[in-house]
Amino acid sequence: MFLPVPTDSFSMCNGEINSRSCQKSLDLESNVYKRRKIDKPLDESSLIRAEPRYKIIKNLLLWNVSFIDVVLISSPMGILGLPFLTRSKDFSAKVYATEVAARIGQLMMEDLVTMHKEFRQVYGPEGSGSPQWMKWEELELLPSELKEIALGKDGTDLAGWMPLYSAADVKDCMQKIQTLKYAEEAFYNGTLIIKAFASGLEIGTCNWSIICPKGSIAYLSSSVFSSATAMCFDYNALQRSDVILYTDFTPCNASSISNDDDNGSATADPNQSVDTVNWEAIADDYQEMEKLDFICSCSMNSVKAGGSVLIPVGRVGIILQLLERIALCLESQNLKVPIYIVSSVAEELMAFTNVIPEWLSKQRQDRLYSGQPLFNHMELLNDKRLQLFPAIHSLKLLTNWQEPCIVFCPHWSLRLGPVVHLLRRWCRDENSILVMEEGVDASLALLPFRPMKMKVLQCSFLSGIQLQYSGPLLKTLQPRHVLFPEKLRQHIDPPKNLFSSSYYSEDETLNVPYLKENSELDIAGDLASRLHYTTLKQGNINIARLKGELAIEQGKYRLLLGTEQDVSSQIRPVVHLGRINLDTLLTELRKIALNITVEETTSADGLYKASLVHVLEPNKATIEITEAQTLISTADKNLACQISEAISCILDCF
Amino acid sequence: MAIECLVLGAGQEVGKSCVVVTINDKKIMFDCGMHMGYLDHRRYPDFSLISKSGDFNNSLTCIVVTHFHLDHIGALPYFTEVCGYNGPIYMTYPTKALAPLMLEDYRKVMVDRRGEEEQFSYEQILECMKKVTAVDLKQTVQVDKDLQIRAYYAGHVLGAAMFYARVGDVAIVYTGDYNMTPDRHLGAAQIDKLQLDLVITESTYATTYRDSKYAREREFLKAVHKCVAGGGKVLIPTFALGRAQELCMLLDDYWERMNLKVPIYFSAGLTVQANMYYKMLINWTSQKVKDTYATRNAFDFKHVCSFDRSLINAPGPCVLFATPGMISGGFSLEVFKQWAPYEGNLVTLPGYCVAGTVGHRLMSAKTPAHINIDQDTQIDMRCQIHQLSFSPHTDAKGILDLVKFLSPKHVILVHGEKPKMATLKEKMQSEMGIQCFDPANNETVSIPSTHYVKAVASDALLQSSLSPNLKFLRKCSERGSDFGGLDARTKPRLKVFDDRMAEGILMVQRNQNIEAVHQNEVVAMLGLESHEIKFANCCPVYIANSETRNVVLSQSTVDKSFWLRLLFEKLSSKFPETSIQDCGERLQIESFSVSVCSKEICPHRTTANLQCMPETMYFCCTWSTADEKLAWEIISVIKSLSLRDK
Repeated sequence: MFLPVPTDSFSMCNGEINSRSCQKSLDLESNVYKRRKIDKPLDESSLIRAEPRYKIIKNLLLWNVSFIDVVLISSPMGILGLPFLTRSKDFSAKVYATEVAARIGQLMMEDLVTMHKEFRQVYGPEGSGSPQWMKWEELELLPSELKEIALGKDGTDLAGWMPLYSAADVKDCMQKIQTLKYAEEAFYNGTLIIKAFASGLEIGTCNWSIICPKGSIAYLSSSVFSSATAMCFDYNALQRSDVILYTDFTPCNASSISNDDDNGSATADPNQSVDTVNWEAIADDYQEMEKLDFICSCSMNSVKAGGSVLIPVGRVGIILQLLERIALCLESQNLKVPIYIVSSVAEELMAFTNVIPEWLSKQRQDRLYSGQPLFNHMELLNDKRLQLFPAIHSLKLLTNWQEPCIVFCPHWSLRLGPVVHLLRRWCRDENSILVMEEGVDASLALLPFRPMKMKVLQCSFLSGIQLQYSGPLLKTLQPRHVLFPEKLRQHIDPPKNLFSSSYYSEDETLNVPYLKENSELDIAGDLASRLHYTTLKQGNINIARLKGELAIEQGKYRLLLGTEQDVSSQIRPVVHLGRINLDTLLTELRKIALNITVEETTSADGLYKASLVHVLEPNKATIEITEAQTLISTADKNLACQISEAISCILDCF
Repeated sequence: MAIECLVLGAGQEVGKSCVVVTINDKKIMFDCGMHMGYLDHRRYPDFSLISKSGDFNNSLTCIVVTHFHLDHIGALPYFTEVCGYNGPIYMTYPTKALAPLMLEDYRKVMVDRRGEEEQFSYEQILECMKKVTAVDLKQTVQVDKDLQIRAYYAGHVLGAAMFYARVGDVAIVYTGDYNMTPDRHLGAAQIDKLQLDLVITESTYATTYRDSKYAREREFLKAVHKCVAGGGKVLIPTFALGRAQELCMLLDDYWERMNLKVPIYFSAGLTVQANMYYKMLINWTSQKVKDTYATRNAFDFKHVCSFDRSLINAPGPCVLFATPGMISGGFSLEVFKQWAPYEGNLVTLPGYCVAGTVGHRLMSAKTPAHINIDQDTQIDMRCQIHQLSFSPHTDAKGILDLVKFLSPKHVILVHGEKPKMATLKEKMQSEMGIQCFDPANNETVSIPSTHYVKAVASDALLQSSLSPNLKFLRKCSERGSDFGGLDARTKPRLKVFDDRMAEGILMVQRNQNIEAVHQNEVVAMLGLESHEIKFANCCPVYIANSETRNVVLSQSTVDKSFWLRLLFEKLSSKFPETSIQDCGERLQIESFSVSVCSKEICPHRTTANLQCMPETMYFCCTWSTADEKLAWEIISVIKSLSLRDK
């Protein structure tokens, strides 16, 4: 929706300078917006010329953040909105993320903050009030497409546009995250065991298993069965959960892809049998390789024709693979074309990805065992075939720059970062090529750069469970209940005989059924053996009053032998069950040698009948017996005790 | 139920670590090491004790290897490739990556240099490593339905781990070798607080207490510097991995600071290759080293280059790292033979050398001396010897600290020297009250294990247990009169405890789940009605004091509350810790209720005459069974009221 960073003052080499003041925009948080009929054709002047804001889930603002107990982060991309939450002073939740998702996520956020600074330099600091473009009069003037992006379909989204967080917010946010390894047990509040398991989508991404004394929940995010870089999807760990929260929206996205790319996309549509699925052999890896090869061959064609290749792809795993493959292609075709990565965090990211074998795919781990570097980029860096530049205006870049070249740089929105500058430089060059990810509205994204002569290759990389595999996967996982997103209802036909299911949608609370009614309690063996058991009169049931200290540890309730308490000491029972048979009682009383007489009375108010037993010897006492109560009146402590014991004898007591 | 620990190696000695632990039918082998001091069958653990028939696949559930040192992993290829074990094997990523280098280095020394018969081939090492599943720290691995294992950081060498294993409710920790203080390249051991039945710990330095490591590092650097400054050659025999990198970092850093130009060599390509692994595994090093990886990987040594055999007798000073560490053969022995006869040279020795190695002989030697290399060779040794006194093992304080932190029910000591272990064992038992064992090789220790009775708890019970139920217990007078005075001073007179489970009832029914419920639920569950037993006593108090009597007699309608207030004061001073509620007409203490009885005839009055006596006040009391004891105490207070009035 916003105009990219204006580059009027920027002239890198002696190439053409884009001097027009452009007016373009894009929704930075946008997913897929279907194009609508437009009143008048959009052009760059339609776009908002202001420091961009970033859209968060609008109802996050309606939440009282102090009510959030736990935040689970499943991927590096999934962390980007976290500082909006953690910068609220009421935020007190525990945040869990895998070590690698947190680290890569942090780098992405830092890079975003750095890139965003360029806008500040152009527009100056944002005032305290809301910016001009958010004023109602201004919004009314927006073309309908942009208005819909700004206000949402129902016109209520405006409050969701937030000014970007600061570097300090990011730092503060990172301190609130507890990082985990895959399959590391984190105990929340003693009662929840939280574990992350590889989801295969990207390096460090995960699904979650949450186990509480009352059952287990698996959070199934976008997962990929076999990945060339990331550790593969560990679905076995999610087996037999009581509830699966299915949050992979891949089929929804796939169905609404706009197909208006200029150069045709490399989407492949696998059609495999689902009945006998050998999960390990799923060939999505192969199709992904084909896509990458296609990008490589397009890139080779471009550089051979003297053009450059611009790859503003955000996914780290894709970047790493493309780097290796493009370098191989260049080598095999004997092309001396440099590869550049332009990003403030490039150096850090490249070093980091080479020291995390534990998080990578089996093939990459095998490279560790054979003493080879995990990725080839270290070698490329040593040979200077790959060069890293922190920014487009860095001295190192200016002195080393050569064209044609292959550039990886942020940001995929084409609104900020080095990509804007390079796109301006190359958009009129028909030999150059831009590689974009699917999911960005290309026509809107490219609006500021029109007329585009540059080739555009929009590619959809596998980003979740393909629909045909979700059924067999769920069959393998054997859950008792599955929660599907409402959006998937039309795509998914869950087998009713295997598990029940329900559908959730935005802004609706759904009660999760089918968790166990009772919790498990472990009673220490030594304690259990020292409890005082009595057998009930009706037989079969032994009953004992519990003692000891209740502990909640490692997600379990445990009753342990307390250190302070004398467990063996017998306390008097306080609960008595049953009715008193007068004759039995009299027999019992005579057994302990009491001299008694009996009298039947009614209570003073005449409401209930009572039996009065008078004890004459060894001391005076009266026992008043009604249906629900026995009252022993005596001044003799021992006698009182004797009588109550006799009564306890004929009742069930504990 | 019991935990059985069969110690196959490192029992009352150092070498061939191997303990087989059986918990509820699960058999886990911790470490599969080799003894460097023997060349016959004694070098391997006696595997026949696990299974007479040699069917190891069915008798063992899994093998866990803590780190890549040969005395912990040396027998593994033999066990898998020769003995035929095919089951799961677990070790950390660095151990899996580095172990083949160690094993191959050892194999080469044995076969190529000593001309011994091959125990296992290089291919067999690779085959063996293929069976290994690598684990990350803290990753909880479900070996099978019942067995769970988890690795914790142990320091010691790169990738060294302590392993936690749990079967059902029984949990143990096997430490392997560990270091409780961080060193130049590795962090200190780190583990969670766990509920443990048993800890099996190394005890290499069972009686040693060490001061700061830095002083000893300085000593080493000074000795090396002095030698090269005088034109001498320094031989540092080390294992290819671990100590080599640590010392190298130390020297590289020192060379940089002192601007020294003397070459530092690594023998063969082996250790240079090893640095490659260290670079990728930098996340397993200390925090300080980790933090710098992006700018410069700490294992990119600036001053280190490869050594060539021709340089052995080249003139000029140099520093050489050569394997193996204990000079038991190989290149370090070859160089030692050449350099040892010269006074200006220096040989460093690792902190620990296994008996039977040349290194071990040097430890006790005084220069100059004649050293027997083997039956035929004797060397006239004149060079300096510097023994490295910093070790990657924890000292006794570290062992005690770890055990105290984990506070397991039992401890087994392995990997140490017999007399020292006995001392430590004594200390542990007397100071911590933890039962401790130090079995010899091939002995089995059996330890009782905790078990839990599984019950199903109702929500009502758990809900009620959320709120505290404080109970106060007076612990005075009645206690043993001999120590009464002493007790009063040392022990608190009042004890408070939180008896949240007091209202919980356990119900055990044949063929059904054991249920833990709240007492209020039981009535409904059993379909019975509750019956309350209460007590009453209308207690007479004789008013002896005439003044008071006059008051009573003159005002027959005297305010009842006067008497209650009198009682209230009395009770408050007698039972300062109990809460007494003044409800106007009556006082309430727990279920005990007392009021002034002005009835002519009270059914709860059991004194000879039910009639009201003019000189007597009556306090009518009722209570329920729960407070029986308290009630009689209160009544005795009430009875004593009149006495005070006199």
